[in-house]
Amino acid sequence: METFLTYLQVFAVGGTICLIGQVIINTTKVTSARILVGYLLLGVVLETAGVYKYIRDFGKAGATVPIIGFGSNLARGAIDGALESGILGAVTGGIEAVAAGIAAVIFFAFIVGLVATPKTK
Amino acid sequence: MNEPNEAYLKLIKEKMPKSKHLLTMFRAFWTGGTICCIGQAFTDLYTFLFSELGEKDVAALTTITLIFITAVLTGFGIYDKIGAYAGAGSIVPITGFANSVVSPAVEHKREGVVFGLCANMFSVAGPVIVFGISSSVVVGLIVILFKGAFGG
Repeated sequence: METFLTYLQVFAVGGTICLIGQVIINTTKVTSARILVGYLLLGVVLETAGVYKYIRDFGKAGATVPIIGFGSNLARGAIDGALESGILGAVTGGIEAVAAGIAAVIFFAFIVGLVATPKTK
Repeated sequence: MNEPNEAYLKLIKEKMPKSKHLLTMFRAFWTGGTICCIGQAFTDLYTFLFSELGEKDVAALTTITLIFITAVLTGFGIYDKIGAYAGAGSIVPITGFANSVVSPAVEHKREGVVFGLCANMFSVAGPVIVFGISSSVVVGLIVILFKGAFGG
C-alpha cells in the first residue's frame, strides 16, 4: 500500500510537470529546446532557493526524472561543491553532479548514431 | 438555411482547440507520469540490488538506464512515435533530452561522422548544456559570496 502511494505521488508530480509543459506548448508554440532550457533554469532557481527539495521529497522520481530535476541536480552540485572546496568546487560542482547523464547521453547517442539507419527522406 | 450552419461552424471553432488542448494535456500527463514511474521502478530496483550505493549514485544509475533505453528506442524510430502521441510527456523527462541528442545524430549521419553525426548531436542539447553549466557556475559563485545563507 505504501509502495502504491509512492508511485501515485511519482505519477502525479511527474505528470503535472509534463502537463504544464504541454500547456506552455499549446498556448505559446515555443520549441522543445526552449521548454527544456526553461525547465532546466527553473530547476536551478528552485534548488538554489531551497524549495525543490520539498518537491523531491514528495515526488521522488517524479521530480528527478523531468529535466527540471536535472537543473536542480546542477544547482545542488554547485552549492555542495562551493561549500566543500570553495571557488574550484563552485565551478566544477554542477557539471560533476550531472557528469553521468551527459556522458551517457553522448556515448549512447554516438553508438546508436553509428549503428542505426536514418529514415529515407 | 445558412445561419445555423455558420453558428455551428463558429461553435466548432470555439470548442475544437479547447478539447484538443485537453486531450494533449491528458496525454502529456499520463505518459510523463508513466515515464517517471519507470524511473522510480529502476530507483527501487537499484536500491534493492546495490544496497552499498548512496542515493545520488542510484539516481545517476537510473538516469543512465533511462537514457540507454531512450537511445535504443530512438534508434529503432519508436521514441518518435511515442513523441507524436505524448507531446510534452515525452519531451520534459530526461528521456526527451536523450532523444533530442540521439535523433539528430541518426538523422545527420549521412553528412559524415564528424560534421554530420557528432556536430548535430548538440542542436538541442547544446543550449541545454550551455545554460545548465553556466547557471550552475553562477549559483556556485553566489554560494561563495553568501555562504551564511547556504549553511556554510
